[in-house]
Amino acid sequence: MLVIGCGNRDRSDDGAGVMVAERVRKLGVHAEICTGESLALIETWSRADDVILVDAVVTGAPAGKVWLWNARSQRIQGSVSTSTHGLGVAEAIELAHLLGRLPHRLQVLGIEGRRFDIGGDLSPEVACAVEEAVQRVVAEVLRHYRAHGKLKCE
Amino acid sequence: MTGRGTKTIRVDTLARVEGEGSLYIKLVGDRVADVKLKIYEPPRLFEAFLRGRHFSEAADITARICGICPVAYQMSAVHAMERALGVRIDPEVRLLRRLFYCGEWIESHTLHVYMLHAPDFLGYPDVIAMAADHRAIVESALRLKKIGNRIVQVLGGREIHPISAAVGGFYKVPTKQQLSDLVPELEWALEASLETVRWTASLEFPNFEQDYEFVALRHPDEYPFNEGRLVSNRGLDIDAAEYEDHFVELHVKHSNALHSVVRGRGSYLVGPLARFNLNFDRLPEVARTVALGVGLRPPVKNLFRSIVVRAVELVFACAEALRAIHEYEPPAVPRAEVANRTGVGQAITEAPRGILYHRYALDEKGLIVAARIVPPTSQNLRQIEDDLREYAACLVAWPIEEATWKCEQAVRSYDPCISCATHSLKVVVEREETGED
Repeated sequence: MLVIGCGNRDRSDDGAGVMVAERVRKLGVHAEICTGESLALIETWSRADDVILVDAVVTGAPAGKVWLWNARSQRIQGSVSTSTHGLGVAEAIELAHLLGRLPHRLQVLGIEGRRFDIGGDLSPEVACAVEEAVQRVVAEVLRHYRAHGKLKCE
Repeated sequence: MTGRGTKTIRVDTLARVEGEGSLYIKLVGDRVADVKLKIYEPPRLFEAFLRGRHFSEAADITARICGICPVAYQMSAVHAMERALGVRIDPEVRLLRRLFYCGEWIESHTLHVYMLHAPDFLGYPDVIAMAADHRAIVESALRLKKIGNRIVQVLGGREIHPISAAVGGFYKVPTKQQLSDLVPELEWALEASLETVRWTASLEFPNFEQDYEFVALRHPDEYPFNEGRLVSNRGLDIDAAEYEDHFVELHVKHSNALHSVVRGRGSYLVGPLARFNLNFDRLPEVARTVALGVGLRPPVKNLFRSIVVRAVELVFACAEALRAIHEYEPPAVPRAEVANRTGVGQAITEAPRGILYHRYALDEKGLIVAARIVPPTSQNLRQIEDDLREYAACLVAWPIEEATWKCEQAVRSYDPCISCATHSLKVVVEREETGED
């Protein structure tokens, strides 16, 4: 089970995914941090078959809403990429899908962001959402290990 | 439409370039009235906040300017500091630095050739649409990029913003085994790069040549990375220390990135075409042979063909990486001891997009009192505008949408890194009719 936190800590709410990854890592969960650049992401999830990717998203919903999508069966509604490559998380999922390189299970936990200015802090709504996201990630990790008969985090 | 007789084309985001900016082209009848590459990304002020920092910090701070070419920033920084401080490095360290740069060139050129540039030639909006029809090509790209990343990781500690480069050498050097583990994938990468040259050469290119002043490093024996004199096809032949006597940076109102010109002459071109044209004889035989085999010989004056030249440089980078690994012995002194002292040092190295100039002045405590950084994209900005003025004039009869698309494609040929030059690109082409339709 792998958790991937995407984003840029220096761009306000875009740092939400990274913060979730850092938090769950302290709880013993195997978590990686990515900028969201497509090729690096595909490479990162190639090492796992059950992945939760956490990223800030913009869908027009109120800031702080936490979404959970199954990337294999649902089209991702929107994501914010501060990657300068023009290839971000949504593109990575689509590209990996076309190339047959999606993990067996890929869930995307999206945190609705509000502001993405350089050097800014998390908005209060997103700071609360990070707490909710951490709990949901931990719940998923526990579910994974129960399902695989070992209630132990990596 | 902006009024009677005036047509405006807008592309709000020019995709597949590094960073943020916009392009504005105004056509009046069959004349190009104005071209502006507007770089609105805020200035990043690295030169200012380097002041007061210790010389040992510059490589890691400047690496943060770019996620694509951090090795270039580290290499220009450490070489400039070594000149300022009178440091000589171990020959094995020199070899490792070449290998380090190979990793970055493989990463950067693979990204641009396959992911950013190829969709233009194959008629796709992006690499994802391309992947649906050209799966094998995109698979190759992922594998190639991975080997580039691995080299940077093994030498630099991590793939992006590596942390091992130091003034005097490396904080940590790899074992022979760590490098020889890279060989099988690099051998595959060399073959894949040769195939990339043949494939890119088979693409169709717009017929657009310009009489460029090409500027690149030239080394007595090697295809250039970290050393050599700065030369051009118009007689320039200088040491890095003389750079500011010959090149001047200009502020233009529409750009937060400075424009660079050759004093007394104007715009010039840096990057793969300049390197290839000025250093063809320094390429390893495998790269020269494949280039000649597809009819690519210097001088290449068509920027659109830069995709083929980048592929040739991929061949070079893979072959050079294999050579470096083969010859490698761990250095006796991985990092020379460096004492604080006053000094001024300049260095130019060949980033994937072209020459990157750094100059530092240090005080007696080894603290930076002045820093100057001239990245490759800001050196090409004036040339991009000059080219678009010519190229857009060839496109006046084309429907606005296609003309706009072609101008975007032209900009992408430079592989501009606006993040380096300051950071995404919006394109506006405005057409004003002079007579009745």
